[in-house]
Amino acid sequence: MALLEIRSLHVAVEGREILKGIDLDVDKGEVHAIMGPNGSGKSTLSYVVAGHPGYEVTSGSIRYSGTDLLEIEADERARKGIFLAFQYPVEIPGVTSSTFLRHAVNAVRKERGAPELDPIEFVRFMREKLKLLNITEELMKRPVNVGFSGGEKKRNEVLQMALLEPRLAFLDETDSGLDIDALRVVADGVNALRSPERAMVLVTHYQRMLNYVVPDRVHVLAHGKIVRSGGKELALELEEKGYADALAAA
Amino acid sequence: MPMAASATEPMPFLKGLEAAPAAGGGPAWLAAARAEALARFREAGVPTPKVESWKYTNLARLARTAFAPALAIDGGAQAIPAGRGLALPGAARLVSVNGRFRPDLSDLATLPAGVEVEGLAAHLAHAPEGLAGELGRLVGLAGRPFAALNAALWQDGLVLRVAPGATIETPLHLISIGVAGGEPSLFHPRLLVRVGKGASATLVESHVSLGGEPCFANEVSEVTLAEGAVFHHYRLIDEAPESYHIGTSGMSIGRDAHYDSFAFTVGGRLVRSEVHLRLDGPGSDAHVNGAYLVGGESHVDNTGLIEHVAPHASSRQTFKGVLFGRARGVFQGKILVRRDAQKTDGYQLHQALLLSPGAEVDAKPELEIYADDVKCSHGATTGALDADALFYLMSRGIAEAEAWRMLTEAFVKEVIEEVKIDSVAEAFRDVLVGRLAAIEAGDGGRREGP
Ligand SMILES: Nc1ncnc2c1ncn2[C@@H]1O[C@H](COP(=O)(O)OP(=O)(O)O)[C@@H](O)[C@H]1O
Ligand SMILES: [Mg+2]
Repeated sequence: MALLEIRSLHVAVEGREILKGIDLDVDKGEVHAIMGPNGSGKSTLSYVVAGHPGYEVTSGSIRYSGTDLLEIEADERARKGIFLAFQYPVEIPGVTSSTFLRHAVNAVRKERGAPELDPIEFVRFMREKLKLLNITEELMKRPVNVGFSGGEKKRNEVLQMALLEPRLAFLDETDSGLDIDALRVVADGVNALRSPERAMVLVTHYQRMLNYVVPDRVHVLAHGKIVRSGGKELALELEEKGYADALAAA
Repeated sequence: MPMAASATEPMPFLKGLEAAPAAGGGPAWLAAARAEALARFREAGVPTPKVESWKYTNLARLARTAFAPALAIDGGAQAIPAGRGLALPGAARLVSVNGRFRPDLSDLATLPAGVEVEGLAAHLAHAPEGLAGELGRLVGLAGRPFAALNAALWQDGLVLRVAPGATIETPLHLISIGVAGGEPSLFHPRLLVRVGKGASATLVESHVSLGGEPCFANEVSEVTLAEGAVFHHYRLIDEAPESYHIGTSGMSIGRDAHYDSFAFTVGGRLVRSEVHLRLDGPGSDAHVNGAYLVGGESHVDNTGLIEHVAPHASSRQTFKGVLFGRARGVFQGKILVRRDAQKTDGYQLHQALLLSPGAEVDAKPELEIYADDVKCSHGATTGALDADALFYLMSRGIAEAEAWRMLTEAFVKEVIEEVKIDSVAEAFRDVLVGRLAAIEAGDGGRREGP
């Protein structure tokens, strides 16, 4: 039994069907890439796994570690080890980043039976991870994502993944909008978190992230369906031929 | 069914008003003023929603309650409810119980030099003519029946003077306590403040009432800032769930003077704070900020008139409201710019967060401008918590109730941050955090969910 099992998943937003029957297995230790043109439903799939209440699952199932994911809310999913790096991280005025992160880390630790960290212990824990992602402590004193540059927002998402130590992470376009140096930092951060106990799904429009984080499996999502799956060479084929040809060949 | 109050009938809400003369004693000018005020109140009566400025605040319940005059309480410190009001250990405490100033419970011996504090009745006893032109000057009685009732019936109050040039670092903390006897009780606190030329001071007020029978604090405040004065004026209104508080205040801000205020309402059956602030001196500046956080059946009304009389003056108003349960908020804010008030800079913002389907808010911002070279803006928003922010927090494992609390706290904190005195801002934050924790814990079931 795979860590994540998605079966003929249909999802609608405001009455319109976006995902039209997705089947996907991701097991621990694996890195999958989901690629596809804009509007194909990649973010929708990521949100549905994370438990966004705005997306309606009309049929199908998602099982995670043997439990029915659709029965539980987003916060409980996160505490059980699911993580989503947002394509568009949300700005939260008035809530300091470090306070937010400490609350999140403690919520997850509590679920795992680990002791909660007080503010001083938390800062010590956070410092290591900040170094890994080349983020200043100063940034963590600012409100969540407010006034962060595009690159800072993306690195902040990976930082959160590093702090929360999930078992299954979806990274939605975490590579987009980054220059080559920032992309390296993010990719190094992601690679550092690869582990036999963890599964990752890289959702991306472009192949370039996959040069740094080499996936085990690549899936092509188009019009709400996975139309092709293959090994890492599929990403290169898409890069060369573009989605149109790759889709025509499907 | 009880009869509705009307202008021609005696007020059912005020026990024995027909028989009661205006409070007696004092100099002749005062007796005359009291008699006139009582006549004004009798003529106007308790306003109904047909009166424009009371359109959104219905006083039917108050009018049905038979209030007796609150008695003087002789007791000692037991009158101060533990854990109520702002926690300001470094402040000089001034205590008033049922509208009577209590020197015995106040820190008068350690007042900083340059500050004079005295009970209003005591002041008049030794200087009967001194306040003749001042008392009531900034709160006109036309269209203000509750200010008229206060003027007729007040028993005591507080007179606060800051000497010209004095810089008072220690905040003064006025704790006004309402204690009902065996029946609903009404009292009329009065505050008279004058900050001298170039002086600066901070006054913090905590208004609380004990539970049991309802109290009705019918308050009038007048604040005058002389040229170049700086006055920080902060208020917490934390009345008992069945109590009433109607405050009417008038401020006159002199040349280059700065008035900085914040009022936070967190409790009471019905609280109305009506402010009339006049920027009388060129170059003057006023911040009139506020917040409210109430649930249950609470009704909070903030009604303000900012009158720009002199040129080159600026005013900023920021109000943040959080309503849950079946609570109701009212914001009526008007910026009036007189013909000579050129180069006025006026700004006003009211933002309300409705956290349950039963909560409601009415906001009526208004600009009335007679000068041609001015900059004025206003805005109002009403809505639920940001769903994207809520999901973001929850996607990190934070439970919905805690995410809700974090976002609400952030919303209100934004305006608390504008409080310039750190110790006071801290005390307001503590009230906010404590209140939200109580709501999250389901205290009184006042929250119906976000
Ligand atoms: N919240 C939403 N409301 C309305 N339409 C949406 C919403 N989210 C996604 N969609 C629509 O669903 C389709 C897939 O979007 P999305 O999942 O964001 O695609 P991708 O991430 O692959 O670019 C698009 O047509 C998009 O307009
Ligand atoms: Mg997307």
